[in-house]
Amino acid sequence: MENEKHHIVPYLTHIMVLLGLIVLTVITVLITSVELGAYNTTAALIIASLKGAVVLLYFMHLKFDHKIYWVMVSIVIAIFAAVIMVTFFDYLYR
Amino acid sequence: METMTHQHHADAHRDDTASKIGMWLFIFTEILLFGGLFIVYSVYRHMNPVAFHLAHEELSITMGFINTIILLVSSATVAISISAIQKNDRKLTLLMLGITLLLALTFLVNKYFEWGGKFEHGMYPGSELMKNLSNGDMLFFSLYFFMTGLHGVHIIVGMVLLGITLYKVKTGAVNSGRYALLENSGLYWHLVDLIWIFLFPLFYLIH
Repeated sequence: MENEKHHIVPYLTHIMVLLGLIVLTVITVLITSVELGAYNTTAALIIASLKGAVVLLYFMHLKFDHKIYWVMVSIVIAIFAAVIMVTFFDYLYR
Repeated sequence: METMTHQHHADAHRDDTASKIGMWLFIFTEILLFGGLFIVYSVYRHMNPVAFHLAHEELSITMGFINTIILLVSSATVAISISAIQKNDRKLTLLMLGITLLLALTFLVNKYFEWGGKFEHGMYPGSELMKNLSNGDMLFFSLYFFMTGLHGVHIIVGMVLLGITLYKVKTGAVNSGRYALLENSGLYWHLVDLIWIFLFPLFYLIH
């Protein structure tokens, strides 16, 4: 696409994103070493999703690219979330 | 076709946007492949909570943590290499891709030692030891070997892709005006990182 200007992400942004991801990883390890019962898994998964979102938005350029990619990825994630929900309703209430 | 003059200079058959959309479509199939495995894992863990908890203690958090950091850094170096080629800095692009390949290799070497340690104790798919495990333990280790193994295959494929890209940057076939291959290989590499981001807490950090 001609008018789709190529956004050049500054090097510093990548470095900051990397530092953020490393901090989140350290937090996950620390959080799961504390006894929080069922919340441990929840916390670990929330942080993992956060890290995943950062990778998608910054490293995979969803934040800077044409919106169509963002829409496509959102649809796939929504479908996946729906499958998880259906599966869990099945196993929890059968 | 006259109305669709997207490119300023390249040949008529080139469409970077289409190739990128194609790459994303492929990535979606990968997300659903691993997503399905994550659901299988979750259901079995839900059914065998104690066994999964005890079995995970066999895995080294330190090893998993180091490999997580390695993949995160390698993802950043790929991202930087894309910015570098957009700025027409070939040297930095090559350097960053080289570092990425080295990090990928380090990841595999770590995995080799991690798996090797398990193999030495007689723990590998189909071994006598594994056949005699309880149902829950067997499920945990089978899923562990299968999912990290499949992820390892993706690392190797990613290395091949990045290696080809590195070569093409060297020859000039991939340059500041034409870097769709680098972008697409980069997307693949980030996907490999993305999958590991979820594998790490699920297998190493169960509490």
